[in-house]
Amino acid sequence: MIFLIPLLALAALAAVPFFVGAYPLGLGIGILGYGVLATAWALFSGPTRYISLATVAFFGIGAYTVAVLADLMPYPLVLLCAALIGLVVALLVGLATLRLAGIYFVIFTFGLAELARQLVTYYEVNVTRTLGRYVFLPIGPEHIYWQLLGLLAVTLALAFWISRAKIGLALRVIGDDPVVASHLGIGITRTKLALFSLSAVVMTLAGAIQAPRWTYIEPSIVFNPTVSFLTVIMALLGGPNRLFGPLLGAVPLFLLFEWLSANFPNHYSIILGLLFIAIVFLLPNGVLAAWDKLTARFKNNEARA
Amino acid sequence: MLFSAILTGLVLGGTYALIAMGLTLQYGVARIMNLAYGDLIIAGSFGAMLLFTAAGLNPLIALFIIVPLGFALSWLVYALMLQPLARRSPNRDRLEGDSILATFGLLFVIQGVALVLFGANYQSYSFLAVPIDVLGTTIAANRLLAFALAVLFGVGLWLLLTRTRFGTVIRAVAANPGSAPLVGINVDHVARLAFALGGGLAAAGGVVVSMYLTFSATMGVIFTMKALIVVIMGGVGNLLGALAAGLILGVVETLVSSFIDPGLTLAATYLIFLAVLVVRPQGLFGKAAR
Repeated sequence: MIFLIPLLALAALAAVPFFVGAYPLGLGIGILGYGVLATAWALFSGPTRYISLATVAFFGIGAYTVAVLADLMPYPLVLLCAALIGLVVALLVGLATLRLAGIYFVIFTFGLAELARQLVTYYEVNVTRTLGRYVFLPIGPEHIYWQLLGLLAVTLALAFWISRAKIGLALRVIGDDPVVASHLGIGITRTKLALFSLSAVVMTLAGAIQAPRWTYIEPSIVFNPTVSFLTVIMALLGGPNRLFGPLLGAVPLFLLFEWLSANFPNHYSIILGLLFIAIVFLLPNGVLAAWDKLTARFKNNEARA
Repeated sequence: MLFSAILTGLVLGGTYALIAMGLTLQYGVARIMNLAYGDLIIAGSFGAMLLFTAAGLNPLIALFIIVPLGFALSWLVYALMLQPLARRSPNRDRLEGDSILATFGLLFVIQGVALVLFGANYQSYSFLAVPIDVLGTTIAANRLLAFALAVLFGVGLWLLLTRTRFGTVIRAVAANPGSAPLVGINVDHVARLAFALGGGLAAAGGVVVSMYLTFSATMGVIFTMKALIVVIMGGVGNLLGALAAGLILGVVETLVSSFIDPGLTLAATYLIFLAVLVVRPQGLFGKAAR
């Protein structure tokens, strides 16, 4: 029974493209895309409390890989290549920074997207001599929707499995107290590195899958720092330590941002920033945790009465 | 050619050292990792440009308006936004995480305001753009002035920290915030002042930057990044370390951009950062210094 509900929900969501028009389908793709990113972000950053600001670096790497390789090899192979490249970059970044205090990791990831953008731009300008690429793949929006839905399901399943498995427990111990963790014999760096890489691969795939939607790809489009920002704010709103928290944050915020960018394009980032600060202040552990606290208090009152 | 590149690099490095000093005050004393730091620098640059183009005010005089403004703004940001977070946090890790997130939000607010007011284009103004002969190579007067200002602020700050009572108090809080109250230091108060002082230095850095570089509303991230790298290279809270690291970074960047490719300067910066992290995460000059 407990496994039937998610499967039914998945089937219902998979049927959506047959019933809606192009605009709602586009919204659906956006929600799924950010749902995947936020869930993947929370996979690593939730339990360890290491704030990664590099989401868009991996997302952009995925999108760019598709743009470069789409004409050279079949699509599934392209996705595999993208995942591998994302994995290698994540391992490099993780090996350099995850042994150290969390602050170094944050700082490094903070500039990583800018670095990736400048390196890709440099390469395109000096080696290929064309800035910007076209992606012509016979992949319609409904296929992108299905692929993202599949990726989301896999990510959620992974997150569920990790929360039950030994590695999830290890991660929570590391997040609570690294000293205790090392005394328990947990390989701290290894555990963090594994989770960070996994989360980065999912983000890379999310970028790769959405690449055919843009048709035209340029470093400043796919390495846009706002994506990292939105991912963090969504995961925080929903609650990064809950399975469905990040997804729950992604749905309303994506719709809000769509509406804001359509109606207040000039004041978009000011409103975003203020909203972000408000969430950090008011909901430090996310909506779900706040809700649990509220209901717990209510129950306590009832019990006393 | 090499000498001229090194000279330009030292001048650039002086600016990096100046902005890194402000950040090292904010992080070393107030324990706030301020991701909006670079955007305050850019705000200072826009302020100087506005005063120069609209009111014809010399940037040197503008410093006397913009630096106090940067100080006041940072004071307010700390009092309204960061102090409540500091009071709420059970430990330093939690405060670090929360302040990173809150200042990340602040980054987008400041950047958004700059975008609304000035647009996304690169800006600059021409101030003292006359060539001066230095030991056989020419360099623009505004760059030399920028370097002189960086030295002036650096020495001033160093004297403030080492020769005055207030400076000693600041260093005490940086060294051990837990014990500072035992000798009658109000840590909250000192942290707020140090944060504001860092903000004033950021604004000063912004004015200096605007004298000889082009800047845009979205460039703050890059300045934050470079200031952070200099702070970590020099060792957190170490002023002289920041000075040396800033000069090194400036020289390396200029060498890379003049002999390899201007598009690779950030990559070079990152490479240095990576090397420091792998080899000496406590900074080039160790932890022992102030």
